[in-house]
Amino acid sequence: MNMAKNLAFKQETFRDDYTYSNSAEAIRRFPFPFAEDEYMYSVNIEQHNGGAPGSVFEHAIDVDEHYVAECADRALVLEDDPLRYIALPHMMDAQWDMVELVMDSLSTDYPEQFKLTKDGDNWHWINKPLGIDQKFVFGDESTLPMQPFEFVGRQVQGDWIILDQRDDDLFADMGIVTSQADWSMAFDAGMSFKEWHGPVPQANELGIFDRALKYLLHLQYGSPVRRLNWTMTVNPRLDTSPENYPLWGPDNVSVTPENVGDKVHLRVELQALFRLPRSNAIAFSVRGYLASVNELATYPRWAKRLRRVLTNLHPDLSEYKGLDFYRQMVIDHLAPMDDGTELELGTHPE
Amino acid sequence: MSVLNVKVAEVEQVTEVVKHFTLVQENGEPLPRFSGGSHVVVSMDINGRIHRNPYSLMGSTANTDSYHISVRKQENSRGGSVYMHEQVKPGSTLQITYPTNLFAISKLGRRHILIAGGIGITPFMSQISDLNRLGYDYELHYAYRSPEHAAFREQLQEMCGDRVHFYVDSEDERLDIPDLLSHQPLGTHVYICGPVPMVKALHLHAKNLGWPDNHVHSEEFTAPPSGDEFTVELALSGMEVTVPGDMSMLEAMEEAGAEPPFLCRGGACGRCELEVVSCDGVIMHNDHYLSDHEKAEGRSIMPCVSRAKCSKLVVNL
Repeated sequence: MNMAKNLAFKQETFRDDYTYSNSAEAIRRFPFPFAEDEYMYSVNIEQHNGGAPGSVFEHAIDVDEHYVAECADRALVLEDDPLRYIALPHMMDAQWDMVELVMDSLSTDYPEQFKLTKDGDNWHWINKPLGIDQKFVFGDESTLPMQPFEFVGRQVQGDWIILDQRDDDLFADMGIVTSQADWSMAFDAGMSFKEWHGPVPQANELGIFDRALKYLLHLQYGSPVRRLNWTMTVNPRLDTSPENYPLWGPDNVSVTPENVGDKVHLRVELQALFRLPRSNAIAFSVRGYLASVNELATYPRWAKRLRRVLTNLHPDLSEYKGLDFYRQMVIDHLAPMDDGTELELGTHPE
Repeated sequence: MSVLNVKVAEVEQVTEVVKHFTLVQENGEPLPRFSGGSHVVVSMDINGRIHRNPYSLMGSTANTDSYHISVRKQENSRGGSVYMHEQVKPGSTLQITYPTNLFAISKLGRRHILIAGGIGITPFMSQISDLNRLGYDYELHYAYRSPEHAAFREQLQEMCGDRVHFYVDSEDERLDIPDLLSHQPLGTHVYICGPVPMVKALHLHAKNLGWPDNHVHSEEFTAPPSGDEFTVELALSGMEVTVPGDMSMLEAMEEAGAEPPFLCRGGACGRCELEVVSCDGVIMHNDHYLSDHEKAEGRSIMPCVSRAKCSKLVVNL
């Protein structure tokens, strides 16, 4: 089955009444991150040059059934708080690099939904799902209704942080960040690699950031990479930003043994890194996938694995990821589904 | 590592010792975009042995229908530059890596001083196309041996106007680096590419004048020097590789079937760094990446240009 051709976009919300849910197909392709019964922080980087057909790794930028609803949620966040989009003045080349990356990828990988025509620098972009039809001159920002990076940033899922490379370091000098797991673009803007990773426990001691930074400084154009990261969220809320903590923080204590399976969501971040050609900057995309514990538990293998990972999780990581309020409830909820049989290595659902 | 298959469209003899190659993609598509100061690594099959040399991209960053590189024929060449000069003709095919930039313009710099010695002019030619496009404040100072060695002089005059200054050694024109540096406002960045003594002199003068290290940029690619034969043991894969005197350690490991990481192959980037487990002799460090202190410690080696004078070197690979 060609996913792209049959994409049906859901109308759903990530706030207030939280109507978000996953279809059976979306659960099947969920990027479940646990290959083993124990989890420890690692760099776990691999090439991002395609993946199995239908998987979230198939294309450089994944578009799924939540595309239209996620773009709508992003627009709401930007309306309330325009500072979720930041581009420092020296990043204009990187803005156009992003226009090229997004439009080339989407139009090549999803030709039924997105169309790009180029006549030299005269580009014509059609985004059918969002109803956008825009002619513009590549490189001339006056021909777009807003800054080039904001224009394409509003038409992709996930957060994008663009890192300028100088002084053998990376600086978060541009970003569109509306669905973050409790960090702030406005706070981190201009920070260096080690500054914005400062709060992560355990990893610095392991020397992980020194190695990761050196690796990223050498990232090559044409050879993007990816890794998975994860946390958990109460309710399918995309905007769990520190700015809005009063809106979502109290949800942590709303979990009960009765509602835990539907309320608590595994939030997996597909993080991809692309070297950008004109600017020599690096695009860091953080695409979040949400699935409730009950949705995941439709696959017994995942129910068992998730219970074991949470049981074995290092207390520092549990606290850092903010799971302490409800971790034991998730473990107890999944316990009846775990018969203790040994699971083979791997993240597959069946 | 992603590679591009290219065809030589044109070869131009620029000076007695410099040839300019125009490369187009074999499939007819435009080549990838790149940023000023980038280089590519060109693979050459010389009598069954793969040589890989880094060359700066010198064309305009705005037009990538073709790439442009220039190669100076080196007297003591291990074969790469001689091969480019004598064997590579219009129609020849080559394999190159995607562009990598180790010599980028600092976008927060207020003013940029570019200093080139001889063939070191090449990375600046793509940088200048970016600097012009972005409207940044810059000056180019280009020193060369004699009027016959004035590669790209006319083109540079056209690109830079009164921002370019030439210094012809045979006519007793000398670039006074301390004088140049001492007249720059705070916030200036300086970039140099040229012969080793010139690069060293710049770093020394800049330091003496109190320039911050991160405002002084240099790009030096070293060709792997030859030396004595030695043996490398790859501790993790259990392989043992003999490195002949005329081959680099990286090349020998690749020929033996190992897949060590690499990027610039000129001792500049640090990507190929390997951890040294033991060495029963001395490591001959030839790279520009490790600090003097790290070289003295001897816990790492850059196999692209460095080798050992020993009977056995053990590395973690």
